[in-house]
Amino acid sequence: MPFAGSKPKPTPETKHFWEGCRNGKLMLQRCPDTGRAYFPPRPFSPFTGSRAVSVFEACGRATLHSYVIHHREVPGFAPPYAIAVVELEEGPRMMTNIIECPQTPEALQLDMPLQVVFRPVDGEISLPLFRPLKEGA
Amino acid sequence: MAYKPGSVAVVGAAETTRIGVVPDMSQIMLHADAALNAMADAGLQPRDIDGLACVGQMMPQQIAHYLGISPRWVDGTGVGGCSFMLHVRHAAAAIAAGYATTVLITHGESGKSRVNATPRPPEPESLAGQFEAPFGPAGPATLFPIPVLRYMKATGTTHEHLAMVAVVQREWAAQNPRAMFQERVTVEEVLASRMVAYPFRLLQCCPVTDGGGALILTAAERAADFPAPPVYLLGSGESVETTMVSQMEDFTSSRAFRVAGPTAMKMAGISHADVSHLMIYDAFAHLPLYGLEDLGFCARGEAKDFIWEGNTRPGGTLPMNTNGGGLSYTHTGMYGMFALQESVRQVRGTAPAQVPGVKISVAHGVGGMFSSSGTVVFGKERP
Repeated sequence: MPFAGSKPKPTPETKHFWEGCRNGKLMLQRCPDTGRAYFPPRPFSPFTGSRAVSVFEACGRATLHSYVIHHREVPGFAPPYAIAVVELEEGPRMMTNIIECPQTPEALQLDMPLQVVFRPVDGEISLPLFRPLKEGA
Repeated sequence: MAYKPGSVAVVGAAETTRIGVVPDMSQIMLHADAALNAMADAGLQPRDIDGLACVGQMMPQQIAHYLGISPRWVDGTGVGGCSFMLHVRHAAAAIAAGYATTVLITHGESGKSRVNATPRPPEPESLAGQFEAPFGPAGPATLFPIPVLRYMKATGTTHEHLAMVAVVQREWAAQNPRAMFQERVTVEEVLASRMVAYPFRLLQCCPVTDGGGALILTAAERAADFPAPPVYLLGSGESVETTMVSQMEDFTSSRAFRVAGPTAMKMAGISHADVSHLMIYDAFAHLPLYGLEDLGFCARGEAKDFIWEGNTRPGGTLPMNTNGGGLSYTHTGMYGMFALQESVRQVRGTAPAQVPGVKISVAHGVGGMFSSSGTVVFGKERP
């Protein structure tokens, strides 16, 4: 089934991120001066302005930082569905959806551990989504 | 150059003749209707206006031409619903610098009826288009409340606390014949209303309406020449953080609030105890809590009790959102103008739910989803 949601259109500055997602890798960037990872992608550090940034693969683990559960129909989404923000183990936060989990306040506990998974939209774009981290994984 | 506290005054202020559902006016006419009412309030005509501010790209040109104004200073700052707080701040600086003598600030939005309304297409190449839109947000109701669960966990705020915000503001709206919703509600009724985006239900979200408002500012030395009592500008502040709510630094506090609010209060040289009336832009029920704490009226986590205990309701120690707020009065899409209008009315002594003896009023605005902020301090007396 074709993706009915809003498909991202990469720019020169974000192309590497979406290429990573297509290849099953969550790519972040790191500031050379502070060592801090940041998101969304840009070819310079938002902390110091340095252009000498490095790109690296994140471990893919995150925790649930906050969310809403939307109860209205949106193209590509069956309500109720959660729109979440996760905090990556490396520090940055990103918006995503939580899959393989009931979309309820009871199941979606803040700070629960999560693991990234990639859902292909088409040949170019895969979206980084998160599922609950299984015990011992 | 900076303006001195009290050196600039509001000498004209008005909203559109009708507000709420106005399908027989296009968006530009809502601007004009409010502007004509404000000019009538100040006893001015378009030829008397030499500075103009309104929100967004190409808008100053449209409004200047439509109203017949030939400005020598314009400001099209568009940072969302608090843009008007920034316009007031910029206009005061322009008046102090001599760039203009009489500035008109207009707002009009056909938010509900959508007659010639501004489209807001999500650009798939923008950062929000790439890193938020694919995950299913559908407008402010799904984005603005995203930090709320984190705030609740950090502060011990409950669903009942967040319902009380809507209850108290309806108490004010019940005294305002122009308010969209005037019927009193209970915490139980708020929590029984339809779920929109958990944790928020319908009565914790603002309506989307049609309307507008306009302000006229000039130097305090000229203010006595106008029919209405002047409302002096004592201080102002502004800031922006991000267009993406997912990227705000701290989900329990707005960085933009923490810059704009204290900047304005410091400039005015006032303490919290000096504030007799407060407006905090409330598109959704959590905003007054963030505002009370980020502006320092309450310590972190204490806003829930401050509201619950009745401090902001009619007769309370700090009357807040006395027009009924965005939740109950009106919300065209950019509510900041209406918060400013209510502050001006309260200082003039002409509000429908008038608080006795308002000497200093603070109007605090937000734009986007915690994207931006502007704060204005108004006073009855010139310092």
